[in-house]
Amino acid sequence: MKIEWHRKLKNFLDTAIYIRDIKGEDFLNIGALAEEISKVYDNFYSYKESFIQEFIKNTEAQLNYILEEAERTLTPYEIVKITRHPQRFTLQDILENVYDSYMELGGEEELNIDPAVVCAKAMLIRKVGNDFYFHQVMVIGHEKGHGEEFRQGGSAKPWGNEKALRYMRMAETEGIPIHFFIFTPGAYPIEDYPGAAQQIARNLYYMAKLKVPTVAFISEGGSGGAEAIGLADIRLMAEKGYYSVISPEGAAAIEAKLKEGRPPRELVEKCARSLKLTAQDNLKFGTIDKIIPEPPLGARQKDYEFFKRLKIELIRATDEVVLKTRSIKLLRRYALSKQETEDFKYFVNWELDEDEIEILIENRYKKYRKMTQWAVNQPKGFFKSVFAAGHNLGLKFKNELKYKILKRGHKSFKKFLDELTSESSLLLKPVSDPVKTVYNLIVGKKSPPKIPTTVLTEEETPTYVSPLALEDRTVTCPQAEKYGCPDIWVPDLYGEFCGVCPNCGYHFPLEYKWYLNNIFDKGSVKMFNEEIASGNPLEFEGYAERLKLAREKTGLNSALLSFEAKIGGISLVAVMLIAEFRQGTFGVAEGEKFIRAIELAKITRRPFLALVHTTGGIRIHEGTLGVVQMPRCTMAVRDYVDAGGLYIVVYDNNSYAGPVASFLGSAPYQFALKSTRLGFAGPRVIRETTGQDVPPDYHSAENALKRGHIQGIWDRRELRKKLFTALLTMGGKNLYYR
Amino acid sequence: MKIEYQNLNKLLQKFKTNPYKTFKVTTPHTGYIKEFKVKEGDEVKGPSGKWLEKPGTPLFVLERERNPKIIRAHINGIVQNLRTDLLNKFVEAEEVILEIKHPLSQKEIISEILLSALYIIRAPETARYILSPALSAKLEREGLGRVKVKKGDELLIMTFMKRETPIYFTEEGTFVVYNLYFSPFQVVERDSPLIGLCPEDRLPYLQKIIERIKEEWPNS
Repeated sequence: MKIEWHRKLKNFLDTAIYIRDIKGEDFLNIGALAEEISKVYDNFYSYKESFIQEFIKNTEAQLNYILEEAERTLTPYEIVKITRHPQRFTLQDILENVYDSYMELGGEEELNIDPAVVCAKAMLIRKVGNDFYFHQVMVIGHEKGHGEEFRQGGSAKPWGNEKALRYMRMAETEGIPIHFFIFTPGAYPIEDYPGAAQQIARNLYYMAKLKVPTVAFISEGGSGGAEAIGLADIRLMAEKGYYSVISPEGAAAIEAKLKEGRPPRELVEKCARSLKLTAQDNLKFGTIDKIIPEPPLGARQKDYEFFKRLKIELIRATDEVVLKTRSIKLLRRYALSKQETEDFKYFVNWELDEDEIEILIENRYKKYRKMTQWAVNQPKGFFKSVFAAGHNLGLKFKNELKYKILKRGHKSFKKFLDELTSESSLLLKPVSDPVKTVYNLIVGKKSPPKIPTTVLTEEETPTYVSPLALEDRTVTCPQAEKYGCPDIWVPDLYGEFCGVCPNCGYHFPLEYKWYLNNIFDKGSVKMFNEEIASGNPLEFEGYAERLKLAREKTGLNSALLSFEAKIGGISLVAVMLIAEFRQGTFGVAEGEKFIRAIELAKITRRPFLALVHTTGGIRIHEGTLGVVQMPRCTMAVRDYVDAGGLYIVVYDNNSYAGPVASFLGSAPYQFALKSTRLGFAGPRVIRETTGQDVPPDYHSAENALKRGHIQGIWDRRELRKKLFTALLTMGGKNLYYR
Repeated sequence: MKIEYQNLNKLLQKFKTNPYKTFKVTTPHTGYIKEFKVKEGDEVKGPSGKWLEKPGTPLFVLERERNPKIIRAHINGIVQNLRTDLLNKFVEAEEVILEIKHPLSQKEIISEILLSALYIIRAPETARYILSPALSAKLEREGLGRVKVKKGDELLIMTFMKRETPIYFTEEGTFVVYNLYFSPFQVVERDSPLIGLCPEDRLPYLQKIIERIKEEWPNS
């Protein structure tokens, strides 16, 4: 009996400390209560039995009351604290309690390529009546640990994400579903090979067409780090979890425009509120599919009821994904039998055949394509939208006919002729030549793709003059001390020199209009989807005014321009992220425009160019709605590249975070202009996360090239020429399609 | 090779009377001096940080063609002879605007003295250098200031693109290896010092001088 009491007291103490850590010392005197319990617990044997009995009774009632109150008054920032508490359940607890057996792959504890990422092969047992069925799954997730320092709080290093990708491939080979568990405050922001951004981009690109069912469970979803293993068919979320574009501290530091130091506590709480990062908010926004309920103040290490529930939910979610690829009838029947108990009425085989895999991938694409579309700000007009849909359909039909049906016959016949003539040229020439002539006469020489000659005809001197060049003064090159550059006269610099120091090649920033006027053929730029506007879907405090300001300043609706253009006669679809509009940050409107542009490129079978004037990452004011643009756009990119498109990215000025870690970073051909800085996180974030300073050239284009992130460094003065050559070399005869 | 020990004494005397080195800050080009950011006697700092990424103290603003350029300090020290009379006046290029009196540290003085007191072997080519195996083993055993070398001894191996060339000692007499100026396999520019050698009979004298410097100058 005494041991029982002692154990009970220990539980009370843990709970009291837990509440104190989350709600603070002063919440209903929890601090004092914790101290009192601790006193009794420490001197347990010096008290009388009756006293202890009485004490336990009182404390239990008191604690229950406090717990209820705490749950009732829970704020978003306190939820963040719950997810980070050492007493919260971790992946290791899930592996122990949810799965029936498991084996960790790729390292154990500290002896690990990255202790923050755990991969394991696990077994799930499903009980149907008196029968037991075994399911094998791959478990990939972040491990926060119960306070172990070497886990880095679940921040995956680039090679940790690489490990995750390796085991995703393994699961794909074996055809077993993957369960992802996201417990990360964000990725570990270092650029060492393969580089945080690059690896996340690669993961996303691969996950877009993973041939096995995937289910993700989010407890702490910190932006890019979460996305690295978060592109799943179904996303579950813990009730007391958070999923956000940035940690509230990070958002506060940006809001307060801090260069160094910690943001004030009130601002952090305000940001946590404004970011709308709770499970309920995310469900409302459609960025997750289901909430897994948790006990008051969140599940902890020993909440076995919660684990039982989680197991059922995981099996059900996987079933749902699998059944969606089979027949709707089956699914409906399955959904009707509301299975909340451990006893399942059905056994679902989680292996998919070829056709089902195709449906699975299609379903996944549709799911992410639809996500956040409700938040797109587009002036509604029934007629217009019907017209647009019809136009797209028409374009599609036209191009299918042009390239697929005609081209295919054309191609195979040509191949046949070529073989015929080369193999027995002498013998058959008299026969093949007349056939060829007749064929040419019928089909005509005007075959659809007009791939231009390899010479770029120079246009007359451009008439565009940058407004920056209208000043009569000189400027100093920032590298003057190192290279001894003379002062440069501004009209020269921004006119003839294209903003490049003629001595050392330093690139001064230029406005986006310069690119539109100097890279593309004159008069060929045709904007589309201009009316899609950035909004304030989270109703972030004080953001609407700033957005309005940006709109007035630039006369644009969003930070992304999408247009059709030509370079030396090569017709292409392009997007451009521009610095002038909120530092080129990426949100719902930009994501939608990007996807529509790349879809147009796919339908019309043209190369796709992404020019990055500057991007500051995902727009924090759009919260998770912004974050899911990462998987959304990456899926569109994968779809386009797999269909045979040519995708080229060119970076300029500064490119950081989300976009680089997804749809830009996953491009097969990436180039940067000189003096570009690109990477995952800026120096301040790196210093705060890793505690180390980085050299000033850490994010330079030269280093990105060295790490294998980009394929080349270009000079802005030759951008048009370089782009033209790149399109021809990279595209070759596949310039318009493979 | 003869080392002028009288000169060494003179040098030492000079350091003693004036333990500073003065650096002149000149204008890089013509222009108007718009503003002085320092006063006479101010302490200024050169670039700092692990990668010298933090720039030095701003000294003055030079403007030409409406381009105000901030001239910064390149070394630590104290501002003197500030030409305040030049404010808002036109100056030619290379005009001395101020001087920075840089206090020499014990380390800097010792290295100056050593450079003039030792027989220095300089790099014949820009290449990577390593000590000869025999010398390297001896140095490891006995330490700097104890290993003796004679004419004909192999001192170094110059390696460039995996091609190795030995370097032999060519002076008459016995010398002691006193100082190494390079680390193995690091690229050394042509004519940079590699090894400092001291004639064996002069070693006690040199050591005495170094001891004196260490006593007289505070370690900073």
